[in-house]
Amino acid sequence: MNISESNYSSETALFREVVPAGKPFMYTIAKGQVVRILDLEGNQAVDTLFYNAKDSEERYDASNTIREQGNLYLSTGSRLLSNEGNLMLTIIADTCGRHDTLGGACSAESNTVRYALDKHHMHSCRDSFIMALAEHDQGMSKRDLPSNINFFMNVPVSPDGKLSFADGISAAGRYVEMRAEMDILILISNCPQLNNPCNAYNPTPVEVLVWDPQ
Amino acid sequence: MNNSAVPVPEQLIWEQRVPGGAHWSGVLRRGTTLRLGDTQGGANCSILFYNYEERLERYNMADTLKGQHTAFLSSGNVCYSDMGRVMCSITADSCGWHDPVCGVSNARMVREKYGEASYQEKHNDCHKNGYGSLINELGKYGMDRRDLMPTLNLFSKVVTDDEGNMQFIAGNSVAGDYVDLRFEMDALVVLSTCQHPLDPGGHYAPKDIQLACWRSALPGPDDPCRNSCPENQRAFINTERMFP
Repeated sequence: MNISESNYSSETALFREVVPAGKPFMYTIAKGQVVRILDLEGNQAVDTLFYNAKDSEERYDASNTIREQGNLYLSTGSRLLSNEGNLMLTIIADTCGRHDTLGGACSAESNTVRYALDKHHMHSCRDSFIMALAEHDQGMSKRDLPSNINFFMNVPVSPDGKLSFADGISAAGRYVEMRAEMDILILISNCPQLNNPCNAYNPTPVEVLVWDPQ
Repeated sequence: MNNSAVPVPEQLIWEQRVPGGAHWSGVLRRGTTLRLGDTQGGANCSILFYNYEERLERYNMADTLKGQHTAFLSSGNVCYSDMGRVMCSITADSCGWHDPVCGVSNARMVREKYGEASYQEKHNDCHKNGYGSLINELGKYGMDRRDLMPTLNLFSKVVTDDEGNMQFIAGNSVAGDYVDLRFEMDALVVLSTCQHPLDPGGHYAPKDIQLACWRSALPGPDDPCRNSCPENQRAFINTERMFP
């Protein structure tokens, strides 16, 4: 855990948008700009991917990121690396303390496996991702969905290798903030999952804020 | 490893040695099993699976781990695709822990860790890296870096403490260790035998893998991989709907 607070005031943000649960969000930020994801009501998983805005085939890579920092969880100081091994963003503030790198996104198909075959119809992060990429209309698709970050989600791994989806450690008003180290296309699914504690069984809105560098 | 290591030698279809630092790809059909053997000890094999009929359906680390509530794979586990199906099952494993998290080395890492060794100088002993090796194999099928997902690193073990700090465990696999993958769908298999990216050894010394493929029975209702958790039972149902 590496709790740290931001120097940026929400009053000076150049962009603010509330993303309801079950909705995707796409936005491009320039190198040097700062983006904050704010958990408005608490315990809300925010499935997030990052792409090089100039070359979307370069994207966030879970394995490179966690291996090079020698730790499974993200927090202040974490350097988010691409599939090319380049630095994409740095986490500069975090009042939650731990974010998941292993759980990936929920999908209609994985819901049938994890919960019951008749859960296929339920809304999922992958459906949000696919629809956002289709609307983006830049040739990106399911093929462009690598393993994502789950901000505010708590997926502890024990020393004997067991993995669980535990109750959230986030709360209303907690946030994570990152500085872009290259021009970045952000893709978010504010998770609609109703079947596990990642959203406390009650998906809620989050807010995205962006600042120019101070 | 020789033919006698295969459970039913008369069912053997083919065998092949993949030298250390090499890359390989091939199609494994439903109803066959692939044994990967560590013949020298200390091997690493970074492997990926794609549905051969629809290559957008691919091995998914996250779905595999959360479905089975585990951060490593061993016998009784299966490898899930991103479409809720079982691609292959780990029906035997003498080694006990395979790393699904840490990914592969890249050119910069190998150069910094082991120095330069060009083809001009070293011929087929030139230094190779996991990322380039997998990109090379994927390219043979019109696939590229968009298709390169987190690998399963067979024979390698990385543990974490309660704070998430990771530690590579040397000596997880010894000479003679093996893992058997029974294929539940026709799969394109892509692999690299480059060293694990956290391998602390200071020398470029990737180890061989011996492949052996044989015909094997489809899993019945009592199959241990099917029944190791309710999630696997449902994933097998999803899979078997593709093969009526």
